[in-house]
Amino acid sequence: MPKDVLVFVECREGQVKRPSLETLSEGRRVADAFGSHLCAFVAGQAGLRPAAEALTAQGPDTILLAEDPLLAHYNPEAYATVLADAVRSRQAGTVLLPATALGRDLGPRAAARLDAGLASDCTAVGVTDGELRVRRPVYSGKAIATVRFRGSPVFVTLRPNVFPLGTSGGKPPKIETFPVSLDPAKIRARVLRIEGTEGAEQDVSEASIVVSGGRAMKGPENFALIKALARALGGAMGASRAAVDAGWIDHQYQVGQTGKVVSPNLYIACGISGAIQHLAGMSTSKVIVAINKDADAPIFKLADYGIVGDLYEILPKLTEEVRKLKGQ
Amino acid sequence: MKIAVCVKQVPDTETKIRIAADSRSIDESGVAFIVSPYDEYAVEEALRIREKEGGEIVAYSVGDERTATALRTVLAMGVDRAVHLKDRAFEGSDALGLSRILAAALAPESFNLILFGKQAVGTDRGQVGPRVAELLDLPHVSVVTRVNLEEGRLTAEREIEGAREIVATPLPAVLTAQKGLNEPRYASLKGILAAKKKEIRVVTAADLSLDPAKVGIGGAATVWEKLELPPARTSGKILKDMAPAAAAAELVRLLREEAKVI
Repeated sequence: MPKDVLVFVECREGQVKRPSLETLSEGRRVADAFGSHLCAFVAGQAGLRPAAEALTAQGPDTILLAEDPLLAHYNPEAYATVLADAVRSRQAGTVLLPATALGRDLGPRAAARLDAGLASDCTAVGVTDGELRVRRPVYSGKAIATVRFRGSPVFVTLRPNVFPLGTSGGKPPKIETFPVSLDPAKIRARVLRIEGTEGAEQDVSEASIVVSGGRAMKGPENFALIKALARALGGAMGASRAAVDAGWIDHQYQVGQTGKVVSPNLYIACGISGAIQHLAGMSTSKVIVAINKDADAPIFKLADYGIVGDLYEILPKLTEEVRKLKGQ
Repeated sequence: MKIAVCVKQVPDTETKIRIAADSRSIDESGVAFIVSPYDEYAVEEALRIREKEGGEIVAYSVGDERTATALRTVLAMGVDRAVHLKDRAFEGSDALGLSRILAAALAPESFNLILFGKQAVGTDRGQVGPRVAELLDLPHVSVVTRVNLEEGRLTAEREIEGAREIVATPLPAVLTAQKGLNEPRYASLKGILAAKKKEIRVVTAADLSLDPAKVGIGGAATVWEKLELPPARTSGKILKDMAPAAAAAELVRLLREEAKVI
């Protein structure tokens, strides 16, 4: 029997977020291609079982629960220890993680512990002739690399919002407890607190709809127009580097080469000309809409839909239309 | 305070990417090379810590001959000395190999703090910082936007989805820098002149007693089999010369009925 596919499932405050479900669902496809067993690995403090039950639809054969007070908050050393232990004890050949803040931090540390290779932020995973191959955007999406691996195990992190969810009605998974023995002295970097979670907006990297503003926003106050449309659509607000560097909006909203790379279902670029810097961060979006005064702006060359016109006139109308549609 | 900063030379972020004849790398002709932007935040943070705490900053970089110019750039910003990890055996290293090389070079030096950029622009892997921390058995905090150092204890803020984690760690530790951490300084003329006299020590695989089979292309666990340009997107329906209200209504209809995304 080929080696297990093991998927790390991120659980924050008892909740499994969508990128982990997407990763598990892709894990099912990879395990089927290998003809191997799919194991979901969940770590946290005691009481993970309800979270584990939410994984059933993605089709894992086994769910391993690692429960320990020292795993209550994410911490790279403790999590890398339990993940590496699980990979060893299952003799997993392929380890998948979501390319979230947590997955990007944990993946390399756990891979280093096992002397294993890792391909980051992949957008496609396939098995040909019994060998795993992945595709990943490099040079901020200006090129796509096809990567193969040497040695075992191999680690892969998957870009959120790219892989579809499963709808498996297969047999219910086996839920097992994974024994944890952590030495508190070996956990040195510790999270003291998490700020900004209360009533927080959706993060631009997680949203399935993103509305971004650029240089034509002219100042911080006009981002209210972007926010209103994003809210009406149930999406997140983003910005170009020009708007961030001008100090109109915080860097956490920046989409582009030195900001976040996003791939939502719908990306609406408002007053963004389409500098290579920006395109690098959003060109894998499924549908791109551009709103710009300048009919020759480069952004129109890759937009699926566009409006040439004044965003100060168009955005309020657009928000109104969306609200009407959604009965808000 | 003894601080190491690991930097990488990368193609300028404005570069138009062309694929080389081997179909697995980029065509480097006419490409300008720079210090990876996230590494500059790491260098700047090191300089600020030295201004407060005193001490020494050493820059490390793995790369061919050309990489010396990246090291000169950070020496001109104010780094004290540099180590150029240069060996034919290092060529084609992936994150696994690079972290082995850097960990071998850093291990004997007992640094209090080792800084990286959160990722090198280009390969966009974001792995080497946490991997080096693991190999050196040090704690790490990645993607930091704020660092506060008091009495040998470090607090850092890191970005997570929609929130910030406040992390405390004892030293020695590894940090990786994110945009927003600081505003990197430009090298002064005095700095540029001083950099010419600073030491860049060349270190090879043999100097580090590294097994050449564990680094470079031969030691890589991930190999780029093919590199291609992304599929070109073509321009779609652009609404022109319409009244704002009509254009907005038509766009919403298209997104609803044709694209089916809202």
